[in-house]
Amino acid sequence: MIYADNAATTRISDAALNTFITLSRDTYGNASSLYTVGQRAKEALEQARADIASVIHAEPREILFTSGGSEADNQAIRSAAVLGLSKGKKHIISSAFEHHAVLHTLNKLEKEGFSVTLLPVHEDGLVRPEELEDAIREDTCLVTIMYANNEIGTIQPIRELGAVCRKHGVIFHTDAVQAIGHIPVDVEADNIDMLSASAHKFHGPKGVGFLYAKKGIRLTNLIEGGAQERGKRAGTENIPGIAAMATALKEAIASLSERAEYVAARRDRLIAGLSAIPHSALNGDATKRLPSNVNFCFEGIEGESLLLLLDDRGIMASSGSACTSGSLDPSHVLLAIGRVHDVAHGSLRLSLGDDITDDEVDYIIKNVSEVVTYLRGFSPIWRDLTAGKKPFIL
Amino acid sequence: MALYSEKVMDHFRNPRNVGVIEDADGVGEVGNAKCGDIMKMYLKIENDIIEDVKFETFGCGSAIASSSMATEMIKGKPVAEAMKLTNKAVAEALDGLPDYKMHCSVLAEEAIKSALEDYEKKRAEKTDAQ
Repeated sequence: MIYADNAATTRISDAALNTFITLSRDTYGNASSLYTVGQRAKEALEQARADIASVIHAEPREILFTSGGSEADNQAIRSAAVLGLSKGKKHIISSAFEHHAVLHTLNKLEKEGFSVTLLPVHEDGLVRPEELEDAIREDTCLVTIMYANNEIGTIQPIRELGAVCRKHGVIFHTDAVQAIGHIPVDVEADNIDMLSASAHKFHGPKGVGFLYAKKGIRLTNLIEGGAQERGKRAGTENIPGIAAMATALKEAIASLSERAEYVAARRDRLIAGLSAIPHSALNGDATKRLPSNVNFCFEGIEGESLLLLLDDRGIMASSGSACTSGSLDPSHVLLAIGRVHDVAHGSLRLSLGDDITDDEVDYIIKNVSEVVTYLRGFSPIWRDLTAGKKPFIL
Repeated sequence: MALYSEKVMDHFRNPRNVGVIEDADGVGEVGNAKCGDIMKMYLKIENDIIEDVKFETFGCGSAIASSSMATEMIKGKPVAEAMKLTNKAVAEALDGLPDYKMHCSVLAEEAIKSALEDYEKKRAEKTDAQ
């Protein structure tokens, strides 16, 4: 079995699971309580906050714990919108291929009177800093651009984008859910004002994440209630989850560069192997991408049937086809980089684990190649393409 | 995967009647690549009986399974009976489809109807020529 869907979620690490179990079993107190087991829980919470802050070069008080990346994205954008509104600024800039946690929040704000500019991401899956600069207006209150894309893995020029925002005094938020724990992220060096992260993408538990918000940025609550998280996020803290997230993140950071180098070499082997399949194309820039991410389009086939047959062969992956999303449209990410519908339906995302081997990569190449050939064998589109009735797109 | 019934997975993994009939008496193609599903049906008809049927499908698991099941349901049947095939019958024969995949069974019904209409049209042209 090869689990190649680590961009969807990862298996919790043994160390993170141990932290989770220990805190659930032994340090079960409520951090708001005065007695010892409560205060121990409070200490674990603040230790996790300090550990996470130091990893991204922030201060502990700048870290707010959330239920995950989506909540962090929602709160970051809402907060910046409220701040903007107080100064009469109602323009937000983002990119065309953000996560839906960002895009849907922006849609809601548009209905509330904000105007939103979505920057193009071009064929290479990258936002251009000069295009950001051109888009900034007097009334721009927020720029939100993801660190690395969840489908095609392209890594944005975050530091340059952040510098443009600094120059114009605009708050810069980045959804770093796919990046944290996999590539170096430093909020100070990268000029980031707000950042969202999710534990289960770096071998932490599900249902926990954090929002970094630079000192001085006033957050708006999504959840009202108790005084937890400096009054900005009510609800008894998920301390086992938060502490396990800190364990997982420290672990990921300790081995980051050697892991990234190892996985990227397997990624490139996989890209080279899949490129040999006729009428296929890699989605997104070949080098400015996450070490684990491979995303291809194969002409003449549909992604869901590819996934099901790969699952039969022990390979777990994902696709941006409409059939896997439950809608009629294929992935907005693939459409944003200029893939037409016909081709976008035939996409495959493989997001490799840290322990992927060369043999497993070769097994994936062989099986993807066989399944694509098999499906093309009875695809009416492929028949028309090979008969010259329609021109190949890829 | 629990997404589909055993029967859907069986017809998806081992599709029946896959391929092309070169001298088909009726051919029908429905769907479009934009939506991610295309089905093409080929019919060989003698004395108003569907002697042979083949299909080609670009689409998801349930689209392939629906095509396969639909061809099995009309093979050897009189044309008039095949015309009555409904998407509901195809979906039921597959032990059900998820709600958002019901359109795959609709495509299967439409592909067969389209091929049968093509057959009727060709037959009418032949009669006219005689």
